[in-house]
Amino acid sequence: MMNHIWFVMIAVGVIAIVSHQGGETGDVTSVIVASSGDAVQFAISLASILAFWSGIMQLAQEAGLTQRLARLLAPVSHRLFPDIPKNHPAMGAMLMSFAANILGLGNAATPLGIQAMQQLQSLNTTPERASDAMCTYIAVCASGLTLIPTTVIALRGVTGSKSPTAIVAGTAFATGWATIGALVADRFLRRPPRCVDRMGKRRV
Amino acid sequence: MSERILLSIVEAASQFTIPVMLMVILLYAHARGVKVYEVFVAGAARGIQTTLHILPYLIAMWVALGLLRASGVLDLAFALCEPVLRLLGVPVQIHPLMIIRPLSGSGALGLTSELVHTYGPDSDVGYLACLIQGSTETTFYVITVYLGAVGVKKPRHGLAAALVGDLTGFIAAVIAWRILYRT
Repeated sequence: MMNHIWFVMIAVGVIAIVSHQGGETGDVTSVIVASSGDAVQFAISLASILAFWSGIMQLAQEAGLTQRLARLLAPVSHRLFPDIPKNHPAMGAMLMSFAANILGLGNAATPLGIQAMQQLQSLNTTPERASDAMCTYIAVCASGLTLIPTTVIALRGVTGSKSPTAIVAGTAFATGWATIGALVADRFLRRPPRCVDRMGKRRV
Repeated sequence: MSERILLSIVEAASQFTIPVMLMVILLYAHARGVKVYEVFVAGAARGIQTTLHILPYLIAMWVALGLLRASGVLDLAFALCEPVLRLLGVPVQIHPLMIIRPLSGSGALGLTSELVHTYGPDSDVGYLACLIQGSTETTFYVITVYLGAVGVKKPRHGLAAALVGDLTGFIAAVIAWRILYRT
């Protein structure tokens, strides 16, 4: 799927730019240079925090802290990720990253999320394809899961809002529904819902 | 008054969580006899390797998005979505933000800052922009970085589920805005 998406993005972009400019190609090369430069710069700034948090997470893991966290929240998390063994470090790593997201710790959320993905990959039987647990995890992460939108609150404060935090209630509502929507879609897309299965079997 | 208390709680949470989390992990590990320095360095080295793993995926996505933005194709997408958004009563100024939000985190933040700056944070447009910005994550970034870090090439239904989440979040943001914030 990514092959098709990426192909369409590049092809449509290049064709549209060239046809817009009546056959000139200067913009295409400058956009490629600028965008890949941005990507490298982003990766360098990511490397610093990623290295730091990977080190800290390694500590948490070797000390058995992530496993403890996983055990503590097992009743809830087991329902979300039925394929992951209850005490596996993957569960603890995912919960840590959820906590960082909920508290709006943007800088810590990405490294913790990557740690969780690496743990999930160790359980993945098809390394090139995302496992069911990965799909659920990614869908939840992409839905935001933010209780305290720190960046937005800061932005509102800087621009002279009378109440920068007034946005918290509305954001919690919206992000809550985003997460529910993502989870429901994930459940339905994973495989046909169980009731359909059963009905099919009964008819046979 | 309650606003001030909430603000100080939020500020405290965002100020102290990182240091507290750091100290808890460090103390626990040290007390358990983990060789903290050596283990940290080993973990940090893995973090740098991970960054190198992600880089090709980042370049692929950044360039594709850059080309799409420069080509004006995104403007076409705005035009296509406009009738639906107008029906929901979403102000025209917000439309580009709804398209950019799942695609580019920095792009969406730039747009939100601009809107908040121009219309004021406590205006109708300002509130909705903040809600949209805060309510979902940049889906393409999450997919690219998280899957890239472990070398997974097929996101399967994860991508579709994430986009459904974005859509649900947007609708909920508009509903919250209409009920709670719109004057």
